[in-house]
Amino acid sequence: MSGQIIRPYGDTTGDGRVQLSFTLPVPSGTARQRALAEGAALQLAGKMGLDPAMVVHAKAIGPDFTFFIVYGRVAHLVDLSAVMVAGREFELLAPAEVNLRIRAALGRRLVVIGATVGTDAHTVGIDAILNVKGHAGEKGLEYYREIKVINLGSQVDVADLAARAAAERADAVLVSQVVTQRDAHLHNTRALVAAFGPPGPGRPLLVVGGPRFDPAMAAGLGVDKIFGKGTTPREVASYLVHALCPPGGGTAGARAGTGARA
Amino acid sequence: MSKPADHAPAGPRQAGPAVPPRLGLDPALVGEARQLAAQAGQPIVDMARAHTTVSVERAVLRLAGLSGADADGMPLANRLVDAVREQVGLERGVALPAWDALLRGGYPDLAALALDAAAGKATFRVPAGDAARAARDAARRALAGGFARIDANRAAREAMIAQTSDPPKPWIYLIVATGDIREDIPQAQAAAREGADVIAVIRSTGQSLLDYVPEGATREGYAGTYATQENFRLMRAALDEVSRELGRYVRLTNYASGLCMPEIAALAALERLDMMLNDSMYGIIFRDINPRRTLIDQRFSRQVHARAGIIINTGEDNYLTTADAVDGAHTVIVSQLLNEFFGREAGLADAQLGLGHAFEINPELPDSFLLELAHALLVRELFPGAPLKYMPPTKHMTGNIFAGYLLDAFFNLAAVLTGQEILLVGMMTEGIHTPFLSDRDLALENVRYVRNAAGGLAGSLRPEPGGLIDRRARQVLDEAIRLLRTIRDQGLLSAIAEGTFGITRRPPDGGRGLDGVIAKADGYFNPASEILDGSTIQEGAAR
Ligand code: B12
Repeated sequence: MSGQIIRPYGDTTGDGRVQLSFTLPVPSGTARQRALAEGAALQLAGKMGLDPAMVVHAKAIGPDFTFFIVYGRVAHLVDLSAVMVAGREFELLAPAEVNLRIRAALGRRLVVIGATVGTDAHTVGIDAILNVKGHAGEKGLEYYREIKVINLGSQVDVADLAARAAAERADAVLVSQVVTQRDAHLHNTRALVAAFGPPGPGRPLLVVGGPRFDPAMAAGLGVDKIFGKGTTPREVASYLVHALCPPGGGTAGARAGTGARA
Repeated sequence: MSKPADHAPAGPRQAGPAVPPRLGLDPALVGEARQLAAQAGQPIVDMARAHTTVSVERAVLRLAGLSGADADGMPLANRLVDAVREQVGLERGVALPAWDALLRGGYPDLAALALDAAAGKATFRVPAGDAARAARDAARRALAGGFARIDANRAAREAMIAQTSDPPKPWIYLIVATGDIREDIPQAQAAAREGADVIAVIRSTGQSLLDYVPEGATREGYAGTYATQENFRLMRAALDEVSRELGRYVRLTNYASGLCMPEIAALAALERLDMMLNDSMYGIIFRDINPRRTLIDQRFSRQVHARAGIIINTGEDNYLTTADAVDGAHTVIVSQLLNEFFGREAGLADAQLGLGHAFEINPELPDSFLLELAHALLVRELFPGAPLKYMPPTKHMTGNIFAGYLLDAFFNLAAVLTGQEILLVGMMTEGIHTPFLSDRDLALENVRYVRNAAGGLAGSLRPEPGGLIDRRARQVLDEAIRLLRTIRDQGLLSAIAEGTFGITRRPPDGGRGLDGVIAKADGYFNPASEILDGSTIQEGAAR
């Protein structure tokens, strides 16, 4: 079927043109060094599948490095039918529906605890999901009548978070991680999972989010769900209902052992 | 485009405002704003004078030359202060009991005493009579030694500048943040060679929350490198080397905030850092440090900066990451006026007040650039003697690095047009990662182009009287004055509690570190403050 197989588009269908920039740890002070540096850049571009490739800009950065901008043509074909997207496995609900579903399934408010853990002090992302003010024109979870939100703020120790989650009988724990340098977000997520234990009855739903998270990593990290950049509160609310409040009532709410509360 | 000759040695910097005033603000209004800030700030100064903190006391010991850590890596300054606090309390300061024990025990130095104290082998008392006099004299002598080193550093800085040159303003300010001091050093030197006048080594996440300053050279920070005395020393030495090579003095910046603000200020003074981030409220709002703790700590740390000839950078720019840059513009002005009041009170000269602000208006807003110019001009004219620190767009930087590069160019243009003096270089990858080597290089190319192409335009910008820029600047000043009145009436602590700054609420008794705040008792003795209060008076008189 035409349209399923594509190539990058520069100015003509199928021309395969792409651009790329990178730095190599090679000098380009002398003419000979420059020639070598550009050759090195072309070799890399070639190995990356750019053929032909053209170094359109090369500039020394100090005595030891050279920066390149490269344009080239890739021969690779993209088969759209083979693209895997972690499609939204849940239906997007309006706030009223979210409230209804929670009431029907749990017969009480759904309890959510949010925090930025470890030494990360960024709160704007988690606040965008939790605060009434919300994000991208959507109200945050605090706006949902049937959701009780406890926002612990930033720099929260995972052990404290786990203790608080138990005390509040939280149904879901929402954690934000914005700093990713040296995989800080992955370390902290693993620490989070270690503090809450493996998935299963009794463990609240663990949801993490942040702009540089790969949503496909949830299972590998041992959390229930990962949200990436541009997430909106409604998506999160819909997911919580999907995971905790199956249609037609059900007892998923017993997950956190909170059946006793009115 | 890269022109190494860009930094031709400049003559001595001219004093006074970088550009002539152009908004023609009403001096009576400006005077009223300052007076309100003084009234709002004075109760905080009174509180700071009546209290000490564990970090202030540790800073005293560090200024007396105590360094090093025990086998667990806990600094000796912490060990000694903790032991004194446990046995006799800190209401009269650490110095009297510490030097008394030093003399009584015949210890060769404070380190030996601290090790014994950590092992539970030292006993402390608050001496009286002759013993107190002897302890005081010994403490004063030790502190005089520390301050002699700081004064010598100040002279050495002047000598280095004379030997090399002082770069023209705006100073190009670049951040390095690898987490590893060994990586930071070549990156900082490379940045200096490419034109950076100021290198800031940003700290690791979490350092603010440590109630001690780590020891030694460190290689394991997250999104920044630990501030330690040894890291300071290594980086300053590396920048001295490159300053000589370039014939231009490259300044070094670090961060005095968090629970160890006074100690980090002391270490910066001892290792000849040149600028320090030091805000009266940043730690409260963005790290959840207890408000009282920070406000007490900032006073002492600024006194140390004043003595060391260090330029402080305040953090108002950060408010605009959590608050909207248009709605919150006046909160920046209010905070700057407070920072100015606290800074001057602590003995800082205007030339040491690098008041912060930022280019953070949503670029989709119509006339956003005009509004930015209005804000930048207002700050420039309110603080003519201060070397303003202007921060690039961060919040509205997205993954679109090309659009980001354009926005940064507009920021650079606003900076040169309005005479900002410390220009933090914006990175097109701000929304993605801590900068790559090439990000920094491209950013400097951007600055060079704008400075070269439009630097001369600065004197020509005249906002039309009654036009948008002019009206907006006046409006922000009016809003600032109104807010200052409220703060004066309700008190700064309760304004902070209500989320006035950065729409973040911080109650006076919340946050970390309140347990480290101690009310001074009669007979409180602090040999560092004796010297600093003295120099405060001198500096004040000289102004
Ligand atoms: C604002 C800001 C700050 C403010 C934070 C104020 C506050 N109270 O939050 C201040 C100035 C304090 C700050 C400090 C620092 N920052 Co900062 N900061 C930013 C900035 C400019 C914007 C971030 C932001 O607010 N985005 C807006 C929100 C709405 O977006 P978001 O976080 O992506 O959130 C959305 C989604 O990701 C998702 N989401 C996020 N969390 C969660 C959680 C859940 C459960 C769910 C479902 C969804 C979700 O939903 C949100 C809505 O769509 C970015 C640069 C940029 N343009 O992104 C740098 C940035 C994030 N900071 C950075 C750094 C390094 C720091 C510091 C560590 C620097 C230092 N060494 O001191 C310090 C922090 C110290 C610490 N202890 O953490 C780096 C991180 C680099 C990296 N990838 O590791 C960035 C990218 C800048 C850079 N290029 O260097 N910062």
